[in-house]
Formats: sequence, C-alpha cells, structure tokens
Amino acid sequence: MNILRANFLFHYAGPQAFYGLAGRLWPWCAALAAVFGLWGLWLGFMVAPADAQQGEGYRIIFVHVPASWMSMVIYMAMAFWSVLGLTFNTRLSGMMTRALAPTGAMFAFLSLWTGALWGKPMWGAWWVWDARLTSELILFFLYLGYIALTSAIDDQRRGDRAGALIAIVGAINVPIIYFSVKWWNTLHQGASVSLTKSPSMAQVMLWGMLLMALCFWLYTIALVLYRVRTTILHRESHTAWVRAIAQEAA
Amino acid sequence: MLTISNISCVRGHKPLFAPVSFSLQAGQALHLEGDNGVGKTSLLRIICGLSPADAGEILWNGSSLNKQNPEVVESFRASLCYMGHNLSLKDELTPIENLLFDAQVAGRSLSHEKGMGALRKIELNNRAHLPLRVLSQGQKRRTALARLSVSEAKLWVLDEPFVALDAQSLDNLRALLANHVLQGGMLLFTSHQAVELSQPNGHALDVQPIRLVAA
Amino acid sequence: MIWQAFWAVVRRDLLLAWRRKSEGLSAVFFFVVVAALFPLGIGPELNVLRNIAPGVLWVGALLSSMLALQRLFEADYRDGTLEQMALSPVAMPLLIGAKMLAHWLVSGLPLVLLAPVLGLQFDLSGDALVTLTLALLVGTPILSLVGGVGAALTLGVRGGGVLLSLLVLPLFVPVLVFGAGAVEAQVSGLGVQAHLSILMAMLLPAVFFGPLASAFALRIALE
Repeated sequence: MNILRANFLFHYAGPQAFYGLAGRLWPWCAALAAVFGLWGLWLGFMVAPADAQQGEGYRIIFVHVPASWMSMVIYMAMAFWSVLGLTFNTRLSGMMTRALAPTGAMFAFLSLWTGALWGKPMWGAWWVWDARLTSELILFFLYLGYIALTSAIDDQRRGDRAGALIAIVGAINVPIIYFSVKWWNTLHQGASVSLTKSPSMAQVMLWGMLLMALCFWLYTIALVLYRVRTTILHRESHTAWVRAIAQEAA
Repeated sequence: MLTISNISCVRGHKPLFAPVSFSLQAGQALHLEGDNGVGKTSLLRIICGLSPADAGEILWNGSSLNKQNPEVVESFRASLCYMGHNLSLKDELTPIENLLFDAQVAGRSLSHEKGMGALRKIELNNRAHLPLRVLSQGQKRRTALARLSVSEAKLWVLDEPFVALDAQSLDNLRALLANHVLQGGMLLFTSHQAVELSQPNGHALDVQPIRLVAA
Repeated sequence: MIWQAFWAVVRRDLLLAWRRKSEGLSAVFFFVVVAALFPLGIGPELNVLRNIAPGVLWVGALLSSMLALQRLFEADYRDGTLEQMALSPVAMPLLIGAKMLAHWLVSGLPLVLLAPVLGLQFDLSGDALVTLTLALLVGTPILSLVGGVGAALTLGVRGGGVLLSLLVLPLFVPVLVFGAGAVEAQVSGLGVQAHLSILMAMLLPAVFFGPLASAFALRIALE
C-alpha cells in the first residue's frame, strides 16, 4: 500500500505527468470556485443581516478575512514546497513555489486594501496600525522579496534554490514577526482595535466567510495549476514531449 | 585515489560535454584537454564539489562524495588544493600574510619560516612585505603558486596554471608539479598549450591526456 | 585547528577592514547623518525629540546595518577567497560565523558605542542611554547574523543592494520592535527585562542558524 502511494507521488513529481494532471484538474477547480464564490457573495451581501454596530459597511469582511487567510495559507504552501524542493531536489517544487507567489502577493495586497476600505468608515483613518494589518503588510514584503529575488537570478535552478531558502527563512520568521507586532501594538494602543472582533457572529456570516474562503482556495488552486503548466512548458521546452505539443498546436 | 564515473553537466537545458570517466592515482598526472567552452572549468569545479553534477558519481578512496557523508567530504577537502581562474588572494595583504592566512583557513599550520622559504624559492622574498596590489600580475601569480608548494595536499586541481608566467616561472612551476607527482601526489590540470613536466633527471614526466568532447 | 581557522578568518577580515578604512567608516557615518537629519526635519523641541529618539536611533542603526551587509561577502566572492573557504575541511558555517563576528566588530560595535553620544542630542536620560546601548549591543549582532542570509542570497545578483534591503527588512522588524521598545519601556518606567530577555532569546538561535543558513546560501551562489 505504501509502495503504491510512493509510486503515485513520485510519478506526479515529474513535470510531464504533473502537466497532464494539472490540465485535468484546473477547470474543475475554477468551476467550483465560481459556484462557491457566487453562493458566498449572495449569502454575504443579500442574506446576512446588517451588523448592529457597523451597519452595512462590515460586509467587506467577506472578502477581507478570506483574503488574509489565503495570503497566509499560500505562504505556508510555498514554504512546504520549498522544503520539499531542497530535500528531494525536484524540479517541480521550484516551479510550484514560483507559481504560488504572485497569487499570494495578490491576496495580501487585497487584504491590505480591504482592510483600509473597512477602516476608513469605521474608525476614520485609511490605515490603522492594527497588529494584523501590520503583520499583513510585512507578509506582503516577504512575498515581494521572494518574487524580486527569483526574478533577478538568471539561472533558474539557482533562483529556485535561493527562493526556497528565503521562503523557509521567512516562514520561520512569520510567527516571530506576528508576535512582535502584536506586542508592539498592545504596548502603544491601550485597547486593541480588532478588525475581525465580533462578539457574536451570526451563523450566516460565518457561512458566508467560509464559502468565500473555499472560493478563494479553489481559485488559487486553479490559477496556480494553470500557471505552473505554462512554467513547465517553458522550462522543459527542450524535451520531445513539449515539442510534440507545440507541433500539434501549430 | 580519485575516481570520476560518467559525470555530465547541464547548462541551459543542454549537456555541456559527453559523460566522462577516469581515475587518478597517487603519482599520476592528468591533463584535461578540450576546446574552448566545452566545460573544462565546469568539470574541475564539479570534481572539487563546488558545483553539483547532473549525473554520475565521484569516488574518493572508494567512498562516494555524492552522498555528502561528512567524514568522506572532510577527508577529501583536507587532501585537496584547488586553484581556479582567480588567484584567491587578497590585494590588501602582503604575500606572506596571504600564505599564512590561506593555510590557517584551510585548517593547516604554516610557520613564518616555511612561508618565507616558499617565497624565496620563487624570488619574492624581497617583496614579501609589500601589499599584493603594488605587485605585477606575474608576481601575483607566483604568490598563488607558492600556495601550492606549502600546501601538503595530495590532490592538486589546477585550472590554467601556466597562464601569464614568464619563462623562468614556467620552469619553476613545471619542476614543482613534477616534484609533487614524483613524491606520490596527484595532479589534474587544464591547459591550452601542450605542457611537459620535467623531472630532475631531465626526462619528461608521463602525463595522461583526458579529452572532453562536446555532447 | 578548527578554532585556529575561526580566529584566522576574524583576524584577516579585521586586518582588511583596517587597511580599507573608508569602507568601514561609511556605514557608521551614515548612522550619524541619519540621527542628525531627523531633528532637522522635525524641529528642535526636546519633548518631541525625546519621544522619537528610540525609534529614530534604532531605524538609523538598521539602515546602517543594511548598507554594511552588502560588503559582507562581496569582496571574497570576487577574488576567489570565498571558494577556498567552501573547500576548506573546516566547516563552512564556522568560517562564515567568523566573518560575521568581524563584520559586527567593524560595522555594529561602533553603532553601539556611538548611540549614547547621539542619544544625548535627543535629550534621553542616563538610564535610557544605558538601555539603548545594551539593546543595541544585543540587537546589532542579530542584524549581522540574520542579514548575512540576505547578503549571501543576493551575491552577484542584479540590483543587489536594494534587493538585499527588501529581503532583510521583514526579518529585522522583531529586533526593531523589541529594541526600541526596551528604551521606551525604560523611559515610561516599565521594566526593560522582558524586552532585553526577548532580544537575547532571538540572539541565541541567530548565532546557530544564521551562519548555517548563510553557508547554505553561499554554496548556492558558488554553484
């Protein structure tokens, strides 16, 4: 049983096999993402009641919270693939990490923007140095650093390995950074202003956020699989199977 | 004993040279030949462990260097002296300082007298206390070669050691290399020109050529 | 043999820094300039200056460290000395740790010694100056150790300096928060022990993992 599973994993660790698998998976993920997204948005904007304290403006949490979650999940995924890549020296790991980074950066950016949009009507300022938002900003810098480093190094393999190291170092530092920012925040602002604090969240709101989270997750998987297929074609362009595909398309 | 088995290396999706295998024993000299750009420097760096090989194995005294076994790697590095294209010398330091620091960083002890003796052999003892940056290119190269003579390493891997040397220095180097091999050392070097290593008795040392061909 | 190699690297780097004096001084000079620019930009009112002093001096130290980090491996990489360290039977992390120690002595320790003098310009009290010095003493080595990873990864890469700053900035944030926080805690009468303990707790793993990660990154750069 273990041998079967190991063979399965190692089979799909090869770029050609993964290309096929990703090609079959991504349309389903995209479709499901659309379904969950519509459902979640309907719940969030049509069904969920207005908040007692915050009125209608709170509804942005249906985008803000899932975006924050995804930005952190994606970074952990990058760290996971990086560890895999450095341990087993597989080509696919570097490609997956590079494919994940732009989407993660996008979600971090989205989280920051929606946080600002929420903060303005609620607390009168475009940027509140809340512990979470500040950590999110630093996470955004970590993403930018990874993307900048891997883009600047010409040799792909060296870029993969350097990127993997910075992703892992960043991942180890994320809890330290979050802890230190939280400390800094409570030290300087007496009562903590929490953007997601809600004494009792109606069931509907939770469901809405969960569905949006699922939507974002599936969207990420679909987009990353699609993106990694392009990377595979580009990197393996010298192999026979890629040339066959190019000739078919011509 | 160093054994190279089917080593190949890939640059930009294409293999550089056809897979190469050879072995180098004590008292043997190998001359790595090949056209410009075929990958001689890359192969030397792979052998030293600076770059990874894309296929094949390197064995040191029977144990594989690929597996990253720390004892094997340490014993290999302790027996290795590598000279690449740059001189691995500090311009702001004097020749004697360069020699002493280089030895200590490599985990060896070198006395001041021995260092000065090596510099005297290549006629740099008068300049031994001047910073390297005021010396000529040839004098810098001779200092780099002095590293070899105090090295005590068994395996010498040299990338184009004969470049930019005058006739006298060339003779000194040829004698130095021949002496090393005669005393049971191993020598692997690249060179564009044909080179004869002369033994003290006047005969040329037997140097085996290894030819790298493009893949 | 091993420790002889360690101290040989330290001595060599110190000797080189001594013979290339201008390089080592530039980062320190930058620190002084930054500390002087803030009052010029904000105004001479001592109450305000006293409030911003911990943050300003710490950010100045951070920026100065980022500048100095670019020089950590650059020269050795270019002249082939780094290769020789990679080929030494002595473990590379140890030799890299030695380089980081020498680097801190040249670029970090002067900041620690200068900070109380600059702090006087901001009208910080004697106790606050002591706390500032202690915090920098513990914090600046962390910057050299952790920043070394960024320096190693960006060796020979286009846009190295700015890229290096982008990479190490997130990693420096915890040191900044607790370092400046220590001085602020002192000023507001709260205990500084927590902050300094946390800084020490960050220093110890940095001493072990900084050189290890940097050596790994350097081998990638040498491939």
